[in-house]
Amino acid sequence: MWRIIHQLGSPPWVYRFCDRVIPWLLPLTAVALIVGSAWGLLFAPTDYKQGDSYRIIYIHVPAAVVSLAGYYIMAFAGLVSLVWRIKLADLAMRAAAPIGAAFTAVALITGAIWGKPTWGAWWVWDARVTSMLILFFLYVGVIALFQAYDNKTIAARACAILSLVGTVNIPIIYKSVDWWYSLHQPASIKFTGSSAIDASMLYPLLGMIVAFYALFALLLMLNLKQSLTSEYSQSNWLIKRITT
Amino acid sequence: MQFDSFSEALTMGGHGGFVWAAYAITFVVILVMMVRPVINTRSMQGTIQREFDRKQAHEKDAS
Repeated sequence: MWRIIHQLGSPPWVYRFCDRVIPWLLPLTAVALIVGSAWGLLFAPTDYKQGDSYRIIYIHVPAAVVSLAGYYIMAFAGLVSLVWRIKLADLAMRAAAPIGAAFTAVALITGAIWGKPTWGAWWVWDARVTSMLILFFLYVGVIALFQAYDNKTIAARACAILSLVGTVNIPIIYKSVDWWYSLHQPASIKFTGSSAIDASMLYPLLGMIVAFYALFALLLMLNLKQSLTSEYSQSNWLIKRITT
Repeated sequence: MQFDSFSEALTMGGHGGFVWAAYAITFVVILVMMVRPVINTRSMQGTIQREFDRKQAHEKDAS
């Protein structure tokens, strides 16, 4: 156990790990995304109420789910970097921020496109949509805050604090459709009790959620490898690894 | 397959434009997010390699 934790804090080990996993994860993710999209777009049945516009669910929900989970990952990395001053945790936190921002943007944009034919409006200032917009600003805030400081040690600490404070928004997003009157439909998948969605629609949705998690992991490793390359460009282990 | 023809899959009973646009935007974002770090990493690795070669040649000249 301690060995694993020790290795996770070791830049050469993580770099090698990324190098080894990416060639497998990249094709797997690509295939999962393509198969899942084709399933949702062409093979899942048409919704009796919303018609075919509901097919946006297969990217909207996975993007939203992973943008929330990704925030916890970023905040946890921030906590580790704040408490134990582990450089890699700081790099992981900053690697997660742009991915989370992109996923949140995708959830918001596909939500707007879904909203037009379903609600009759591209945008409504209701609880779910607004709290997701705040999530987007939190992600962007972490990126911008890091660039605002010249002293990168202080920048990393400020970003970690911002990401930790921002976690308060995540349960609000989850619960927003229950707490406030909202146009947004409540969750279709429930962990306890039966889901409000038929198996023929549920399976492609679960498949796409898994695919988006894999995509998040892949993008995190790609970003981490990039920041490790830039951070340790003068280190012997990296020069040796690249030049041999 | 839910659609009988290619054009039916494109139009999706009037919702096709929304659905296909949502998927297109998503896949463009995913592609950019994937390609960007790969290009950046490759270019930095190239710089490190060139720097290494330069030093190597320099050491050879000195000896």
